[in-house]
Amino acid sequence: MAESKNPNPMQDIERRFPQIKPLMNNSEAYYESSRCLFCYNAPCMLACPTSIDIPLFIRQINNGNLTGAAKTIYQSNYLGNTCGKVCPTEVLCEGACVFTKVNIKALEIGRLQNFATDNAITTHQKFFETPESNGKSVAVIGAGPAGISCACELRSAGYTVDIYEAKNNPSGLALHGVAPYKITNREALMEVEFLREQFGFNIFYNKRIVTKEELDALDARYDAVFLGIGLGNSAEIKIKGEEKLNCVGATEFIEQIKTCPVEKPMAKKVIVLGGGNTAMDAASESARLGAEKVIVAYRRAKSEMKAYYFEYDLAQVTGVEGLFNVAPIEIMGKNEVAGVKFIRTETVDGKLRNIPGSEFVLECGLVIKATGQLKQTSVIAKVKGIDMDEIGRISVNLETGQTGNPKYFAGGDAVNGGAEVVNATAAGKLAGKGIQEFLSKSGQ
Amino acid sequence: MANLEINFAGIKSPNPFWLASGPPTNSGYQIMKAFEQGWGGAVWKTLGVPVVNVSSRYGAINHRGNKVVGFNNIELITDRRLCDNLREMEEVKKYFPKHAVIASLMVQTKKEWQQIVRDAQNAGADGIELNFGCPHGMCERGMGSAVGQEPEVLETIARWVMEVATIPVIVKLTPNISDITEPAQAARRAGANAISLINTIQSLVGVDIDKFVTYPIVENHSSNGGYCGPAVKPIALNMVKNCSQHPLVQLPISGIGGIENWRDAVEFILLGASSLQVCTAVMHYGFGIIRDMTSGLEQYMDSHGFATIDQFVGKALPNVKPWEELNLKYSVKASIDEEKCIGCQLCYIACEDGAHQAIDLNEDKNNRTPRINEDNCVGCNLCSLICPVENCITMVRKDDGKQHLTWKQRTDSNNVPTTFNDELAGGLSHEVRKPMDAFKK
Ligand SMILES: Cc1cc2nc3c(=O)[nH]c(=O)nc-3n(C[C@H](O)[C@H](O)[C@H](O)COP(=O)(O)OP(=O)(O)OC[C@H]3O[C@@H](n4cnc5c(N)ncnc54)[C@H](O)[C@@H]3O)c2cc1C
Ligand SMILES: Cc1cc2nc3c(=O)[nH]c(=O)nc-3n(C[C@H](O)[C@H](O)[C@H](O)COP(=O)(O)O)c2cc1C
Ligand code: SF4
Ligand code: SF4
Ligand code: SF4
Repeated sequence: MAESKNPNPMQDIERRFPQIKPLMNNSEAYYESSRCLFCYNAPCMLACPTSIDIPLFIRQINNGNLTGAAKTIYQSNYLGNTCGKVCPTEVLCEGACVFTKVNIKALEIGRLQNFATDNAITTHQKFFETPESNGKSVAVIGAGPAGISCACELRSAGYTVDIYEAKNNPSGLALHGVAPYKITNREALMEVEFLREQFGFNIFYNKRIVTKEELDALDARYDAVFLGIGLGNSAEIKIKGEEKLNCVGATEFIEQIKTCPVEKPMAKKVIVLGGGNTAMDAASESARLGAEKVIVAYRRAKSEMKAYYFEYDLAQVTGVEGLFNVAPIEIMGKNEVAGVKFIRTETVDGKLRNIPGSEFVLECGLVIKATGQLKQTSVIAKVKGIDMDEIGRISVNLETGQTGNPKYFAGGDAVNGGAEVVNATAAGKLAGKGIQEFLSKSGQ
Repeated sequence: MANLEINFAGIKSPNPFWLASGPPTNSGYQIMKAFEQGWGGAVWKTLGVPVVNVSSRYGAINHRGNKVVGFNNIELITDRRLCDNLREMEEVKKYFPKHAVIASLMVQTKKEWQQIVRDAQNAGADGIELNFGCPHGMCERGMGSAVGQEPEVLETIARWVMEVATIPVIVKLTPNISDITEPAQAARRAGANAISLINTIQSLVGVDIDKFVTYPIVENHSSNGGYCGPAVKPIALNMVKNCSQHPLVQLPISGIGGIENWRDAVEFILLGASSLQVCTAVMHYGFGIIRDMTSGLEQYMDSHGFATIDQFVGKALPNVKPWEELNLKYSVKASIDEEKCIGCQLCYIACEDGAHQAIDLNEDKNNRTPRINEDNCVGCNLCSLICPVENCITMVRKDDGKQHLTWKQRTDSNNVPTTFNDELAGGLSHEVRKPMDAFKK
């Protein structure tokens, strides 16, 4: 029998992308948790968008009550495990840890959080009771972090919840977008399965809700609807040659490598256009997949990049080069990408302008556009009464997640325009509460 | 340069650090190794009629990442034949004539005691230590702490020993007694040359909460053991001080109990010990800790201008007084160094919930540095002990240093509270919040 040439592609991707926050072992967790001071009104907790009682769960780990620790985490954050791995903790809880004020390494809160929740998930613990059905039902569109979190919150109050998901997997961008060295697909999926077992919501896959008819049908059947639809495809940059083969959007590129890993060899030279975290991820991932030269090209100065400093550091460690104050003006090549023509830019009186005559061409075999994601305005526009702001974000009451149409609630990337998993999780939970309040008040 | 040599009741040793009788002194091999690494002396694992030990034998207390802050054992005296121990003792003395080798002994009858004392002397021991301390296993057989707890029995046995002893005799005391100076006085009356303390404290180190049995577990059962290690140091210090200050004791003291570094050693010396014994710390870290101990002690002595150990033995004793002689007019208040504060607010919650509600949070939520309310601060130290940052909270003297008034003086001048609702109650000097204020947010 011939040896299998193509081992499990998921294993392959896990091998290519070792985790930067690996699971702690028991000793690590014990010694690390021993360091926590149990601060009063702890700054780490204040910095967490889901307000997890961090000193409490760390103390519970330290005192050998792992189940209690996981419970503490899940009470505030239904995606506690995923968040422990993917949150930009450097600017959230860990960035606020008092130890940083005396130049002592912050507690590794994310990894401790992951440690406690991993134990709960892998030992199939059950600590949430769902009450008997209260007869009301809610439709959730999108099984991303926002939708899942909203569903858990509603289920814990006895609502029936049906989630409609366009793709064949849950977790949204936490699965399809987040860099594979931050979380494995297996981990992301396991947490949603753990939650589904706890809470018993229904997920219908491959059900993209787009038409007016589909929306009306939901409206007729459910007492309320939550929109956790996130963002759309990568934005275009609108330059000549953009349609060429091997000029791809960053989110599409990342989704491709995370779900159907590497069919064809990676291009030798890659240019990533953009200066945000997605650009850094796409660049790091290209480099880790074997590209020899990866350049992140950004229109403005290095200091103006939206990416977190640690994401840029991480990209640089993998060999990614930064090129600043350059704007792409044309994708070169016949059918396939052969290079990018740039023009140099400068900022004069606060305005960015091109420097005439400074054009130059850089060769490459792949262009990744990471200049943002589109909003899903066409779906949103089909529901009467929902308002959007000028850039297509759904407008909601920030205390309840309620949209202009009282029966519709929203949260996550679709509302904030693209933030982190933890923000989507917080928003989903908040909207879950908002829906309960709305339905109990309206007497519907 | 500091000279670490000591002459402890006639026992000479190149430095005051001795291995206490226990597993590290079980064999000549271990003691030779220890001497080679710099230990000044060793008290041989207690000799007597060899025992049979159980397995397991030890238990420990860990505290937030620190292993073995307290240690507990149910081991007995030596399980090796006397002849083997004595042969090795002779060998050790041959190689290390200037080091102190002390034979720890525990037997029952007068005949046995006098025989074993002679045997130890013949083997070349520099001194003898009478183990009247072991709080488990041996006491049930009328030895160890069973003797140490009965000053009269202790005195009788010590006399038997003194009748035949030609080398200095140290009586090792058990802390499992309410007044340590009683057995210490008995030792003195019997003519012993020195005392050593403390032996282990009778204890249960913990309970296996799933198997419903205390540690250490022997099959399905356990037994009380002896407690030692860093956690017992404060108890040992107090007992050493009590013996040092007692006018009817006045014997050289070998300090034992939780010593693991030079600082611990200095503390024991300042309270009257003139040699030091270490067991648990060696069981934890090995003989190598001696280098830090001797270098630290030298450093300390040099910086204080002490040429010999004798020059500071008991130097802190005059300052340890009965409570009633303390100056009630002395006043310190907590002070927070805003530059150093990291905003953990542990001082706040400690004082708020556990002391005197003398620390307030800043109204400005972005400023996490708490503020001391000096009117309410009683100067208890709590916050300064808890603050995780070095020298961030200090206790600052507030009185002018000119007044001196003790409880004793106040009592003598009828100026102390005497009735339950006395206006002289100390607590009237600071504000205590109303019970219902607990619900105010
Ligand atoms: C490349 C990249 C890297 C990232 N890295 C991180 C990171 O390291 N850490 C971090 O915290 N965050 C990261 N994020 C952001 C994070 O993934 C998102 O903020 C988060 O997933 C948003 O959750 P959501 O539920 O609002 O939307 P999404 O995760 O986008 O989920 C929306 C879900 O709705 C489904 N859907 C959309 N439209 C419909 C429809 N019409 N009908 C049915 N289903 C629909 C989608 O298929 C999807 O499953 C990253 C994002 C990207 C793009
Ligand atoms: C396992 C063990 C066995 C001991 N055996 C003896 C002994 O045989 N004779 C004795 O006098 N003391 C014995 N001790 C007590 C020690 O000599 C010492 O008094 C006590 O441990 C306190 O010192 P430490 O805190 O440095 O350990 C033993 C202690 C331990 C931990
Ligand atoms: S700020 Fe740091 S030390 Fe304080 S509670 Fe949070 S993790 Fe612990
Ligand atoms: S305990 Fe120390 S560091 Fe913490 S808030 Fe108080 S003064 Fe600041
Ligand atoms: S010294 Fe005691 S009373 Fe004063 S502020 Fe500190 S904890 Fe409170």
